[in-house]
Amino acid sequence: MARPVQDKKKPGESGKEDAIEVMATVIEPLPNAMFRVELENKHQVLAHISGKMRKNFIRILSGDRVAVELSPYDLTRGRIVYRYK
Amino acid sequence: MVICKSAAELEKMHRAGLIVWGALQEMRTMVKPGISTQKLDEFAEEYTREHKAKPAFKGYRGYPGSVCTSINEEVVHGIPSPKRHVKEGDILSLDFGVELNGYFADAALTVPVGKIAPAREKLLRVTRESLERAIEQARPGNRLGDISSAVQKWVEENGYSVVREFVGHGIGTRMHEEPQIPNYGPAGQGPRLQEGMVLAVEPMVNQGGPGVRVLSDDWTAVTEDGSDSAHFEHTIAVTAKGPWVLTRPKEATGPVW
Repeated sequence: MARPVQDKKKPGESGKEDAIEVMATVIEPLPNAMFRVELENKHQVLAHISGKMRKNFIRILSGDRVAVELSPYDLTRGRIVYRYK
Repeated sequence: MVICKSAAELEKMHRAGLIVWGALQEMRTMVKPGISTQKLDEFAEEYTREHKAKPAFKGYRGYPGSVCTSINEEVVHGIPSPKRHVKEGDILSLDFGVELNGYFADAALTVPVGKIAPAREKLLRVTRESLERAIEQARPGNRLGDISSAVQKWVEENGYSVVREFVGHGIGTRMHEEPQIPNYGPAGQGPRLQEGMVLAVEPMVNQGGPGVRVLSDDWTAVTEDGSDSAHFEHTIAVTAKGPWVLTRPKEATGPVW
């Protein structure tokens, strides 16, 4: 049975597959560009900034609304992929 | 990541492959004007159960049949139906796979129904030959692109086109594994083939343009321009001694289908 062709990586995606993207609010900044964020479901997770955001100097302050990608393997860590205005 | 199989695993896949081969050979002789695609599906399922294997397609992402039966302008994934009957002059692609003791094998061929037009005969021949050329490339040290380009070259030299939306695939303990195997692309690129890799190579060749679209049943792919399409496939292991077609008896010679 033929397989439908799949692109390895879609533009705009941060490259890591199968991530779950959720909304979150930043609680506190931590060293090494890490942040503690609270998800909409009230869980707190440790999130770091995606390389693309770090490269473009997107500043993140506590209280900011952000989009976080969670790995399905380790739900206690995430990656901040977008800061909302 | 491409998973390489041990010699024992290849033997297991070969056993699954022989069931696929046997079922397709029987189906091939059953194809006569007037037979419904459902009949072929029922036969395949029965044959598989008799051999203590499981049809690999049934339920795969919700696919309802055990076989894919694609007539004329249908490229792949035609769903068997009691209402679809083949008629004299049609070409019918039969694509079938089984799981035996956890290992999969997958193969396909396109058969003529009765007497067919010379143009259709040539399409079938060229598609089968493109698969044969691809198999020749399945040797350790070659690259995946060598397989893809062997298909594309032969098909396009003969004035046909290669479908882009569907590709072949690695196979093993799951039906679809890495890598994807397109039937187009430059030689000398892509992952290097290693001993123990198992590839389901399946050229899908359109007589007209390469475009395809999927019908509202979410499965059946047809050519965009309504031209004929043919499809051949084998499950092939890369071994030190060269390509080993797992979906065919070891002693078989001559054309691959």
